[in-house]
Amino acid sequence: MRKRQRNRGASAIEQVAGNGLIHRRALLGGGIIFAGALGSGASLTSAAAEPLAEPEWSLEPGEVTPVLQQPSRFEAKVVRTLSNPKGEVRTQHARAPLQMLNGTITPNSLHFTILHSGIPDIDPEKHVLVIHGMVKQPLEYTIDALMRYPMVTRKYFIECGGNSAPMFSPEPIQATVQALHGLSSNADWTGIPVSTLLDEAGVDPKATWMLAEGADSLAVSRSVPLKKAYDDAMIALYQNGERIMPGNDYPMRLLLPGYEGNMCTKFLRRLKVVDQPAMTYYESRNYSPLLPDGKAYKFYFLSEVKSFITQPSFGYSLKGPGFYEISGIAYSGTGRIEKVLISADGGKSWGEAAVEGPVSPKSFTRFTMPWRWDGQPAILTSRAWDDSGAMQPLRADFIAVRGEAKTVPNVLGFPNQHYNSLTAWGIESTGEIKHVYV
Amino acid sequence: MSTFKPLAAALLFTLAFGSAAAIAADTPGLGKPISEADVKAWDISILPDGTNLPPGSGTAAQGAKLYVDKGCVACHGDGGKGGTSNILVGKPSLTADGIASNKTIANFWAYSTTVFDYIRRAMPWPTPHTLSDDEVYALCAYLFAANNLIPQDEVMNAQTLPKVKMPNHDNFIVRFPERI
Repeated sequence: MRKRQRNRGASAIEQVAGNGLIHRRALLGGGIIFAGALGSGASLTSAAAEPLAEPEWSLEPGEVTPVLQQPSRFEAKVVRTLSNPKGEVRTQHARAPLQMLNGTITPNSLHFTILHSGIPDIDPEKHVLVIHGMVKQPLEYTIDALMRYPMVTRKYFIECGGNSAPMFSPEPIQATVQALHGLSSNADWTGIPVSTLLDEAGVDPKATWMLAEGADSLAVSRSVPLKKAYDDAMIALYQNGERIMPGNDYPMRLLLPGYEGNMCTKFLRRLKVVDQPAMTYYESRNYSPLLPDGKAYKFYFLSEVKSFITQPSFGYSLKGPGFYEISGIAYSGTGRIEKVLISADGGKSWGEAAVEGPVSPKSFTRFTMPWRWDGQPAILTSRAWDDSGAMQPLRADFIAVRGEAKTVPNVLGFPNQHYNSLTAWGIESTGEIKHVYV
Repeated sequence: MSTFKPLAAALLFTLAFGSAAAIAADTPGLGKPISEADVKAWDISILPDGTNLPPGSGTAAQGAKLYVDKGCVACHGDGGKGGTSNILVGKPSLTADGIASNKTIANFWAYSTTVFDYIRRAMPWPTPHTLSDDEVYALCAYLFAANNLIPQDEVMNAQTLPKVKMPNHDNFIVRFPERI
């Protein structure tokens, strides 16, 4: 393979779309050919290197091992951003620094959280889950009891229904991936299928909905179709292998894969089986998105197929022409990511990105594509498809139905909900990166 | 999803035979039986048809006083005109600010029961679950009257509250009907 490509020389760099998008096959043979083709190989090998010396950390024993690991102090900037750091009388959002992460799992300390009235300090010895309503026998479960149940482990994203809300702005807001899309994260969740517990209580065949309620001070509650409860709903107890973080709803949460985060009831303490939705505050107001004609959607539920490029992106700059790897995240509440296309010329031409497998349904999927930047202006964007046939809508098509805000909103605001159209980054010849619309 | 198949089978089995003993054979059965009476203190969910509204009543005049005494004014402003938190009184057009237009009780909320449910479960924000049912009815009456949804003297109780007509009730489109 390598030999054959070497013989093909510079033509091995197979451009698959405009402005320097390169087919990943061109890289499979190794970096030698690639570097040579760029004409930068010589400088890489002939640069005057300093003689190597032992760094200070190699000359003495290191620190004592702590019981709980923290990231390196050199990674101190990799933190969540807070919307309400003083805990004023309003919701607290912590956005995940997705542009600083790689792979598909969001570390627990960086997973996004939204708390409507702070983080309750729940004692798992005293917390119980009650299932009642239209059931044969109401039941109360202690955490100890639940820990004995057979559990399943799945990779699922959770996304706030209001994630990406700044994208409803009539002009692109100059903000990072974290600010635009950071109310979304992905974890390996372990828990009990809700259907197991519903079956134990014995659901009345006439029941159609389940009301879920948390133990937080606002007792935040949402109505969930029993159809979803019996499909793949989970009572999650573990997050990436350890017990759920307090902000992610210790000791347990409802997890409805692919459905808006607000429905994945935090600090779950009660499930009431009923025959109609309760039309609680959050489903009546916040998560009923307004349409341009003044009507509104209700029961939106789904996080539809979406993707965005995390590298390169706003907040970074390119350090001169040459090779870069374009990397991003795609996910869909309706299935498994099947295909991601990338454009470097604002959507005029597209090339298919490499998708890191195995691809899990309703989970972050990492996509990458090699790119040789020629130093000229470029516009990077991505578009995803899932295996249900759903595709990420182009912005013009999305806005035609959903509309956009009349004025530029606060980047922390929520002018509307459930945005899943494209995100584009304009690369200027200086290497500066701007948020643009295509 | 193969893991869920045995559970679906268990469901069918349950529906067919409805026997608690049969379920126990398939699942751990570690839930402690509890009566609906024991769940009562937590069972604060109100359904749109009024199901589960508690006994009690209140008027707009009583609610106006509570609105001040309980500190609602601190976040929602004088007369519910808005402050650091949502506007409670007022009916701006739902297209005034495009898709970012302000959603209020009078211009948006589809069900009167949502107001009772939310006040009782979540308000006042610093001291939730402290209002009596009469106080919640009174605050509902105050907000409905201030929004011209009921006459000033109409008493709110379990019978009258679900009948309050909400102007925007019919303006919602179910986004994914097949998922319900």
